[in-house]
Amino acid sequence: MERFSVQEKELREILPEKTLKTRVPQVQISREIKPALPRYRNEIAKYIIYRSDDCIRCGKCAELCPYHVHVLKPGYRYFAMPKSYLCTGEACEKTDHYCITQCPQKALKIVKNPMIEALGDYRWPADMLLATWRMAENGEPPSPEYEYNYQVGESGGGFDRIRFKFPETPPVELQDDEIDTSILLNHRDDGRPQIQIDVPWYGGGMSFGSVSNVTQLSKVRAATAFNTFSCSGEGGYMERMRPYDDHMITQVATGLFGVREETIQRVRIIEFKYAQGAKPGLGGHLLGDKNTPAVAKIREAVVGISLFSPFPFHSVYSIEDHMKHLDWIKHINRRALLSTKVSTPTDVDMVAVGSYSAGTHIIHLDGGYGGTGAAPDIAKKNIAMPIEYAIAKVHKFLVDEGAREKVVLIASGGIRTAHDIAKAIALGADGVVIGTAEMIALGCVRCSRCSAGRGCPRGIATTDPGLVTQIDIEWGTQRLVNLYSAWRKDLIQILKRFGMRSVRELVGRSDLLIHLDFTNDI
Amino acid sequence: MPEKYHIKTTPVPPRLPRIGKHGIVDWREDCARCHNCVKKACVYDRHRQEAAYIRNLKHSDFLFFECMGCFSCVQNCTKDLLCLTINSEYKKLGNHYWTPEIIHITWQQAETAAVPVSGAGYRGRFAGHGFDSMWTDMSEIVRPTRDGIHGREYISTSVDIGKKPSYLTFDSDQKISGLPAVIDIPMPMIVDMNPAEFTLPQLESYIVEAVKLTDLIAIVDSAKWPSALNDNQMKSIEAYLPHIAFHLNPDAPEIPFDVVRKTRLVEIPDGDDVLSRIAELKEKYPGLIISVRVALDSKGVDRTVELSRSGVEVIHTVADFNGDEIGVESPGFIKDMIREIHTTLIKEGIRDEVTIIASGGFALPEHMAKGLLCGADLISIYLPLMIALECRLCSSCRPGLICPARLEDINFAYGVGRMRNLIAAWHLQLIELMGAMGMREARRLRGDVGRAMFFEQLEEEIFGTLFGSRKRA
Repeated sequence: MERFSVQEKELREILPEKTLKTRVPQVQISREIKPALPRYRNEIAKYIIYRSDDCIRCGKCAELCPYHVHVLKPGYRYFAMPKSYLCTGEACEKTDHYCITQCPQKALKIVKNPMIEALGDYRWPADMLLATWRMAENGEPPSPEYEYNYQVGESGGGFDRIRFKFPETPPVELQDDEIDTSILLNHRDDGRPQIQIDVPWYGGGMSFGSVSNVTQLSKVRAATAFNTFSCSGEGGYMERMRPYDDHMITQVATGLFGVREETIQRVRIIEFKYAQGAKPGLGGHLLGDKNTPAVAKIREAVVGISLFSPFPFHSVYSIEDHMKHLDWIKHINRRALLSTKVSTPTDVDMVAVGSYSAGTHIIHLDGGYGGTGAAPDIAKKNIAMPIEYAIAKVHKFLVDEGAREKVVLIASGGIRTAHDIAKAIALGADGVVIGTAEMIALGCVRCSRCSAGRGCPRGIATTDPGLVTQIDIEWGTQRLVNLYSAWRKDLIQILKRFGMRSVRELVGRSDLLIHLDFTNDI
Repeated sequence: MPEKYHIKTTPVPPRLPRIGKHGIVDWREDCARCHNCVKKACVYDRHRQEAAYIRNLKHSDFLFFECMGCFSCVQNCTKDLLCLTINSEYKKLGNHYWTPEIIHITWQQAETAAVPVSGAGYRGRFAGHGFDSMWTDMSEIVRPTRDGIHGREYISTSVDIGKKPSYLTFDSDQKISGLPAVIDIPMPMIVDMNPAEFTLPQLESYIVEAVKLTDLIAIVDSAKWPSALNDNQMKSIEAYLPHIAFHLNPDAPEIPFDVVRKTRLVEIPDGDDVLSRIAELKEKYPGLIISVRVALDSKGVDRTVELSRSGVEVIHTVADFNGDEIGVESPGFIKDMIREIHTTLIKEGIRDEVTIIASGGFALPEHMAKGLLCGADLISIYLPLMIALECRLCSSCRPGLICPARLEDINFAYGVGRMRNLIAAWHLQLIELMGAMGMREARRLRGDVGRAMFFEQLEEEIFGTLFGSRKRA
């Protein structure tokens, strides 16, 4: 017991002895930005650079290019294949380091990559994917020369039609380090811990089974670095996660897969999942192919059978029943905060206020357009309202009911960038939960094949022993640390332009937004 | 527990190579002939399948487009020789309404009879035209039942066709009397007759078999039916007649009395004499339900209401293939026209006295649920069944023109199986939506806009308070 810190000693008064005995020292992860290079040989690029046989290897291109597209390794006679993905393309034409015209032999050629057409979709267009990959690689928001239109998608509504109304000059000149991006997760004065996270987001629930253990660990390690959280999803709690207990959220969902007293007692936040945005009203669904022996063991299920979480909780018929659920957890873990994850039906505002009255600390709204797991296609776009509406509706209702200051409102389901985060907060959320963006940072191309068979061919959302090896935990962690860093910088720049010292000042400031399809004359 | 409606299915693979979305272009030139070529590592083994496909080429006009679009081989090739493309044939499928995605997902359902499932969230537009501008609601707590997966075993998708009395009457023996005939159909869907643009006569027998297997009803043009049948013929069709609704074409020879008598529903075209025609038919065939087909043109909504007032028991309102109002420059969409009809009939207190069948633009199973939420009792479809047979909606099915999907070559088992599978998949997906909504009966979906959310309404109610008025498009 001596190895525990002072904080750990305090836990002795709260946690049962058997839980304390199984507690392991908590690991610290650095949030230092380090390059985390793409794991594929040919990173997808907007432009492709071709080098012809006319090249005399004079090295001028390598000398000129500030982006290190051209690499002539010491001791090598020939250039390596150009790193096309680092090329800024057309933006470079106006500069004096444009290799295409500067090459004395005219041996270089640039073309737009025709493959870009096949990359991305309305919600995650190619530019947004490419920009997210760059952020995960170097921890910086994309440089403007790359001309990535990554701040909005092409869905034609919601966040993609909302813009910030920045003042011409900030009302207060602030330095980056004067701006606070932390939020509090307990607004109730109920004697429970006041947990603060350093960024206004945490990682969404993705179970072991839906994603690999490497993906889960990378997520929680990045969350640890940024003093925030990641969620177990409904798939049990891997032993390997115990060094990160303080940054894990245990999810209690309807199937109760892997839910045990000790997994509830280990952590600081428990999330009740009533519904999820990927398939609102339909429960959880892990197809049999992904239920490998390791997954089955942790879920205490039979190998190879599809696992359904019935919808909803069979023990909850009312808000009063929900309150009993919360009380149950509060008794089991006397230090935990409770989150209630719901989807976005018409009466989402009533659900939220009911959940608040039942005693939840965090109301987590999961809008219909997000989700990372397997879902019937019919559920993805047709059930429940998009998160943009739900945030504004719930925020207003909680304000009107006088409950807004006492509960934390978290939004998810289609949060793709730091700009989406800021818009969600301005519409009324305190913070957000992210999911797909983390998968993209790990190399997801949104081919949507994560649901069945061996699962994700890119080794992220799979439990196939062969495919899982594609990702290394250190690399995965660093990619996510880098993404978090870039997002935090992006968010600070937004707050800076508004002259805000804290992200908490942005909550509910919809007056700082405009919608391109509205008159904006209110 | 009564026997549940269940459609027995088996997979029916496509006849033709799939027109997939993605393909890999392999430049080959400068290939390093790596020992462990990335193609061997394809999770789906597509490169090997492509090689086998080319070796045994049966369809020289079809390339191999079954790539799953994961980019793995493209990004790992040591010489960067592979390129992922979108199949140009895929982009040509359908039209602006019947998009390649709709055609693709319909093919998938017709093959597997399963609910299409995928990962990585929603990929489409925030909202769109027609049915894409509404969402169904879901219930956080209230469910149809607490048992089973989603409680789906207890969800009824049956609806009635016919007039429902607004009150009961009893005879002198205290027994209910004067109940009008109704048809209880296990799913809120029937099959419409084939439109002239997509005429393939041999499909009729396949459709009739498919609706018999699924216990639905198909509308059949009387002009395509023999005016006389011998005893053997009569015997062989007898089991099918409850699943056939003749569209009594005034220009066609009359269908034999004994044939019509054994059906449950007939349809007649709208016209000035429609009421007298109904009376005539009712007298000749007591118990037969008569539907009037009304085109949803500029007068379609008013005409439907007018016929309802006149006591017509079933009205089949038909928009164009894309769900648009017929012959109008700025057409309304079927969901809005149905809402208008439904609301008007509610206001007049006669909604239960008429069954509204909506047709046109129902391309996906969610459209069926949304159509009901907007006020239809049931819908009718035709094109999805054509697509199930690998049709691409090129609209070239005319005598003398070659059908690229070779529909003239299909056999009975394939045709019936694919249509049955599609109907089964739609049924399962209706249950998915109803389960999410917490609805136990498809009858209760009708006009329940409280279980729907409309784009315009949400924009106005929620964003309108933040951003002012919505600009006109």
